[in-house]
Amino acid sequence: MEIAEIEQRIKKIVAEQLGVNEAEIKNESSFVNDLGADSLDTVELVMALEEEFECEIPDEQAEKINTVQEAIDYVASNASQ
Amino acid sequence: MLLEHKVALITGASRGIGKAIALELGKQGASIAGTATTENSAHQIDQYLQDANIKGMGLVMDVNHVEQINAGIDRVQKSLGGISILVNNAGITRDNLLARMKDEEWDAIMQTNLKSVFQLSRAVLRAMMKARSGRIINISSVVGATGNAGQTNYAAAKAGMVGFSKSLAKEIGSRHITVNCVAPGFIDTDMTRALSPDQQQALIQHIPLGRLGRPEDVAAAVAFLASPAADYITGTTLHVNGGMYMD
Repeated sequence: MEIAEIEQRIKKIVAEQLGVNEAEIKNESSFVNDLGADSLDTVELVMALEEEFECEIPDEQAEKINTVQEAIDYVASNASQ
Repeated sequence: MLLEHKVALITGASRGIGKAIALELGKQGASIAGTATTENSAHQIDQYLQDANIKGMGLVMDVNHVEQINAGIDRVQKSLGGISILVNNAGITRDNLLARMKDEEWDAIMQTNLKSVFQLSRAVLRAMMKARSGRIINISSVVGATGNAGQTNYAAAKAGMVGFSKSLAKEIGSRHITVNCVAPGFIDTDMTRALSPDQQQALIQHIPLGRLGRPEDVAAAVAFLASPAADYITGTTLHVNGGMYMD
């Protein structure tokens, strides 16, 4: 899977989950500090990523995914397809 | 019908209060998944649902085993759709005076009556959060509020459900999922039939409405909390006890 495709799919999920405009989402955006996510939002976001990329993200990994770029990096190195 | 297109999972549904809840929610239009611990009891659930013309299924689920909980919920969601109503009803008693209570009696109650509530709620949460709606209704007990000699374990677990429900209600209120308890008083079921007629008579003296409750009395309260009419009610405990305890 191309990085560009991962990025696009993740931004779409983030936009849907957090109710923000896709154009506002930058790679360096922090879910909590820039996009207004609360703790439950971040849990849901991880659940949505797991579903989208058909993988299971362990809690200790999930805690380290705080920005869009971190999500992209995680998926790029861990998702199977 | 108030609960049309809803899927309700009710634990401990083969008899007593659980069965009455399954039939009532079914009557209101929900598809029903009722759990039991044996094939035979699961089949009885199939049978009474069929007799009442209710869509649904009985399934074997021992709530003491998280793998069975997760597998059962998976099966229900595949055959009936996402679970929108969870009724944690399964429960047991292991009564004893505290001075004589064994660790196993304490642990069995905590596992079956309280830990299962956590594990079942966790397992249905994903679908409910996604749907941005849901109802979790926990069947507590009047003794969780009043205490009862010989039931330190049972009362602790039932009071524990109340604190659990309030906390979860705060966690997921923003997703339009409500979490409430129904606390039955003394209801005429196999569990209370274990009491002697003298004990029953003594109990009734303390019930202003002058009778034991019926499983249907509890089911009606559950159906209300499951319905759209209870949309703005969360974190509360609805007492159904004939007035024997007033909050």
